[in-house]
Amino acid sequence: MPTIDIGPPDYREMLPPVIKENYGNWKYHEILKPGVLKHVSHRGAEVYSVRVGSPRLVSIDFIREVCDLADQYCGGYLRFTSRHNIEFLVSDQNNVEPLVVELQKKGLPVGGTGNSISNMIHTQGWIHCHTPATDASGIVKAVMDEIHEYFTTMQLPAKLRVSLACCLNMCGAVHCSDIAILGIHRTAPRIDNEKLQKTCEIPTLIASCPTAAIKPNPKEKTVVINEERCMYCGNCYTMCPAMDIMDPENDGLAILVGGKVSNARTAPMFSRLAIPFLPNNPPRWPEVTEAVVKLVKVWAENARKGERMGEWIERIGWEKFFKLAEIPFTDKHIDDFIFSVPTFRSSTNFKW
Amino acid sequence: MAEDLKTPLLDELEKGPWPSFVTEMKKAAEKKPAAADLMRQLEQSYVDKKGHWKHGGIVGVKGYGGGVIGRYSDSPEQFPGVAEFHTMRVNQPSGWFYTTEALRKICDVWEKHGSGLTNFHGSTGDVILLGTTTEHIQPAFDEFSDAGFDLGGSGSDLRTPSCCVGKARCEFACIDTMDLCHDLTNEFQDELHRPMWPYKFKLKISGCANDCVASIARADCSVIGTWRDALVIDAEAVKEYARAGMDIKAEVCDKCPTRALEWDTAGMELKFNAEDCTRCMHCINKMPKALSPGKERGATILLGGKATILQSAFLSWVIVPFMKMEPPYEEVKDFLRRIWEWWDEHGKTRERIGELIYRKGMGTFLREVGLEPSPAMVFRPRANPYVFWQPEDVNK
Repeated sequence: MPTIDIGPPDYREMLPPVIKENYGNWKYHEILKPGVLKHVSHRGAEVYSVRVGSPRLVSIDFIREVCDLADQYCGGYLRFTSRHNIEFLVSDQNNVEPLVVELQKKGLPVGGTGNSISNMIHTQGWIHCHTPATDASGIVKAVMDEIHEYFTTMQLPAKLRVSLACCLNMCGAVHCSDIAILGIHRTAPRIDNEKLQKTCEIPTLIASCPTAAIKPNPKEKTVVINEERCMYCGNCYTMCPAMDIMDPENDGLAILVGGKVSNARTAPMFSRLAIPFLPNNPPRWPEVTEAVVKLVKVWAENARKGERMGEWIERIGWEKFFKLAEIPFTDKHIDDFIFSVPTFRSSTNFKW
Repeated sequence: MAEDLKTPLLDELEKGPWPSFVTEMKKAAEKKPAAADLMRQLEQSYVDKKGHWKHGGIVGVKGYGGGVIGRYSDSPEQFPGVAEFHTMRVNQPSGWFYTTEALRKICDVWEKHGSGLTNFHGSTGDVILLGTTTEHIQPAFDEFSDAGFDLGGSGSDLRTPSCCVGKARCEFACIDTMDLCHDLTNEFQDELHRPMWPYKFKLKISGCANDCVASIARADCSVIGTWRDALVIDAEAVKEYARAGMDIKAEVCDKCPTRALEWDTAGMELKFNAEDCTRCMHCINKMPKALSPGKERGATILLGGKATILQSAFLSWVIVPFMKMEPPYEEVKDFLRRIWEWWDEHGKTRERIGELIYRKGMGTFLREVGLEPSPAMVFRPRANPYVFWQPEDVNK
């Protein structure tokens, strides 16, 4: 019998000696160049972190290769970041450059620091999920290929976070990203009455609809959809396999902009709808990559130094944003959902 | 590799400068028929522009109710290698720090029992082991357990907590995020492994308001480090930034949300009004050698962050303006238990804590959980007079 409830391994056993010895005693840090951080402790100890982009979906061979590098240059220690980058933790300064050279030789991009576009947070897509309106890994690769130069440099006015979620469940922080790519449906689910009777609990199915578009049909022991009320969120399909909503012709992507999670300068912001629909066009999704590149450029050309996408838009006004970004404003952009909780302080910024 | 593996659309994604997930899948496909069939099925998805996974699937390990995501292909005859293709979530160490020895152990077990494909990491923080069959789940878990790894959360449970790098490598950390994350994960193993609640509950810990794990957006409970006294200013180091060419007025003071900072250009002096500071971190971010968080440190606790479903996305909002965060962390544990008990009692099926508070009202929530109202909880007070008075508030 295995031991259960043991929890994760103790993080203290995973720390390089220099981190362990200077834990909680760091004085400052510098970004030496894109992808290379230097942290200095109060006792004068130094640790260099070399940050590397990863496709997130990786083979165990990849992990073993990364381990070989960490054994060679970092005494067998490394970490991952909250955006799926890899960080090699180097305590000997002389190992930094050889490591960077070797990483570049392997085709692994060093960067993702400072005013860059770091890795894209993304989800499972067609690789492993049953509710997606689009793929995740494919679009991320296509977009990162196009904006690669921003990962390995720090030339932008501020940092820019791009995220992708393949359906409205928005796994990850897509709803709070500078640029968010979101898989959407545009047609109502088709009900399979026979399957529904066998597999779905009707009350929870009805309760799963945010617009109350689903009503019981007790005579047939199934449900009916008021299609005029349905905005294709797909949550009923999450609850019930008899509500198939996939529609390859009409599924696609929306792009939202202006979200952030940090409290620096301004409170965290939601991303807001910029482009209501773009088609699924594998394997390269040219419409999506073109839209993202254009948004990055219009922001980079117009924002002031230090201004995140959402801060820039709030300053110039959304009306000007739509003009500069050359995006037509439509009725789709006007919120017609129930009001949220805008008076609650969703920020740590307040006075004592 | 399987000789007949033809994936012209996916092959396009081996081109270009960004590291390719297709290349990774091919590496795995050389050794594992399951990974080859995953590629074939994905290629078919690219042709059809739709996914090919069947709805749901409930699988797991003995003793637990969560941690494994069942997944079945909708075309098992065509892609037998992914007829069953379940995901195991393995609880990551705090802050995603690893020894290569630990990572190699994960690889060895997954080579034996799975597809050889992984995500480092899932959005919540777990190591995602992508693709195995039902019969391999228990043996894989047994070997992970022997190697010192446990499963993470899934379903209506406490999901795997995660945290930023904190004191391990950040001078901004106001609390020991990694220790708190580890401690809470161990304290609440039962709540994590055996789903017992109305819905999922996520907990994320950031050491400061930069919120490097996006806790405010994607955790029901966001613990964010802060301080109560004045930030610490090294006047000489500020001058260094000025001498090095930083425009302190424009880049720092003018961007302060409350204008708590003023730069005296002639005197090279940074004037600071602590009472006006809302601890947004901007000035500290700009001048890490000169400015640091105050000495009286703890955390602000916010609740309610969630994605769209059902009632739109919520950002967590302030519930406890300030709480000390020191081992054994009894105060925060007690807080969490009270929240969970109230939610378990009142929450509807699949109702997140934020939605429950929204439905019942902050007043009811605060009274029933035993918390004090504070102006820090709102950006601004209500604009309507639709107030519920309690019987004890009015004359009988």
